[in-house]
Amino acid sequence: MRTDFQIIQAWIDPQSRVLDLGCGDGSFLKYLQEHKQTLGYGLEIDPDNIERCVTKGINVIEQDLDKGLSNFVDNSFDTVLMAQALQAVHYPHLVLEEMLRIGRECIITFPNFGHWRCRFYLTQRGKMPVSKFMPYTWYDTPNIHFCTFKDFEELCQQKQVRILNRMVVDQTHRGDWLSRLLPNLFGEIAIYHLTR
Amino acid sequence: MPEQIPPDSVGLVEPQLAIFNTPLELACGQTLPHYELAYETYGKLNSNKSNAVLICHALSGHHHAAGFHSMEDRKPGWWDNYIGPGKPIDTNHFFVVALNNLGGCHGSTGPNSVNPATKKLYGPEFPIVTVKDWVNSQARLADMLSIEQWAAIIGGSLGGMQALQWSIDYPERLKHAVIIASAPKLTAQNIAFNEVARQAIMSDEGFHNGWYKEQNDYPKKGLMLARMVGHITYLSDDAMRQKFGRELRSGAINFDFGAEFQVESYLRYQGEVFSENFDANTYLLMTKALDYFDPAKDYNDDLVAALSHASCQFFIMSFTTDWRFSPERSKDIVDALISAKKNVSYLDIDAPEGHDAFLLPIPRYRNAFKAYLARIANEVKANEN
Repeated sequence: MRTDFQIIQAWIDPQSRVLDLGCGDGSFLKYLQEHKQTLGYGLEIDPDNIERCVTKGINVIEQDLDKGLSNFVDNSFDTVLMAQALQAVHYPHLVLEEMLRIGRECIITFPNFGHWRCRFYLTQRGKMPVSKFMPYTWYDTPNIHFCTFKDFEELCQQKQVRILNRMVVDQTHRGDWLSRLLPNLFGEIAIYHLTR
Repeated sequence: MPEQIPPDSVGLVEPQLAIFNTPLELACGQTLPHYELAYETYGKLNSNKSNAVLICHALSGHHHAAGFHSMEDRKPGWWDNYIGPGKPIDTNHFFVVALNNLGGCHGSTGPNSVNPATKKLYGPEFPIVTVKDWVNSQARLADMLSIEQWAAIIGGSLGGMQALQWSIDYPERLKHAVIIASAPKLTAQNIAFNEVARQAIMSDEGFHNGWYKEQNDYPKKGLMLARMVGHITYLSDDAMRQKFGRELRSGAINFDFGAEFQVESYLRYQGEVFSENFDANTYLLMTKALDYFDPAKDYNDDLVAALSHASCQFFIMSFTTDWRFSPERSKDIVDALISAKKNVSYLDIDAPEGHDAFLLPIPRYRNAFKAYLARIANEVKANEN
């Protein structure tokens, strides 16, 4: 299992209700279903991923996050999760608000644009970073809203969101001492555990 | 005519008749003392009877869902795209049961059957049947076939409503409900279309207040009109444009009221074929069953409360251009199921064909359908051993 998921799964209670925004092929929901007996639903728009979820026996709902989440009732989930999709939605702040309305707790992971490699790339080449980890050019990328740890924490502060846990990991999803010391510089992926 | 039966067809099939002598109480308050259901089966029932799948038909459907009745058949059953060896509802794994509902005109007890109380045809006196009544009659058919629990109940449109009602009324008797291009209740617009269709039939002079058989007559024009209106609503604007455009039959306009545009002659032809094969009283009954369907009504109009009784898993699909049973209505079911803490998956298939899409071999629809049914087949297999 991906190391970010290993970290996140510890924050999810057995038998709880989980909504996974942008659930991909449903692997994580499958893990939670098998190990924590959660009642999980994934939202996804990619047809191939949806079919993979169906095959796996995961509850998958075809729904575009950018069209809102108003069909979900207030506080209807224990955890609303969004892994590596914040940067791809049109209005991250609205999605964050909706997640906190629907779920008791929220978990969000996103790539940190403040990482030293991004900073280095931009200052050295004067171009938007393209890497193995983020392989898209600026014009055809699904990632339209990059932010840094600092940016995200400012948003949380503005919205009076309480941060329960926060972790940073590198590309291989391991946390080292450098990223713990200077997360905005050395952390590649941010993992936030939030509540109202 | 099929010169030879395709390898992925269920082949030549024969309809059967199930006879019930236990009276069936109907929602309208009347009782059917005796009734018969025409049905077909495809595939083999396994030893622990866990691989049975029920197919519920839509408005003008019947029990002939797949295969051919004879080598002279022009067309296979109405859902042959989806039922057969290797197809989504794979008869190598499943025992498929398809029936004609009560009130139908293709072999089940309906307006053209003899009323034992009067010894003449029921005609317009056949009681109005509801989706709930159909589900009850289908449960008795399941009893007769020794099927305690369906691996899945599958239906599109009005068929999907039956699958939904099953999940509420007989939760322990199905493991999966597959509900395609359906709705938890009709919209006013939908009821309006049905009313136009009914008025077309009832105002035809050939209708004779429903006693047309006795007069050796039938409301041909009314049935044609009803079908034409229906047909328009089953297609999307795009689908019609692509199929017919504004193409003229003779290449030029004639300044008269004949069928000048291709779409006009198509509708007339479809209406005509339908009027010759479908019974007017049955059409009235079936559209009423559609209008009346509202499982939430028994639960203070709370669909979540109604669905909280269900214990099966749900697979729901809609089509983007379906405006008669729009994706929003399917989403209503999905949202209620999530609120009721039920297992549900939902796909909104991008398809230009409108409501009719549910009968067509659309690749994404087919693949997802196949993936879901393969999962059910695996569950069946795992429980066999």
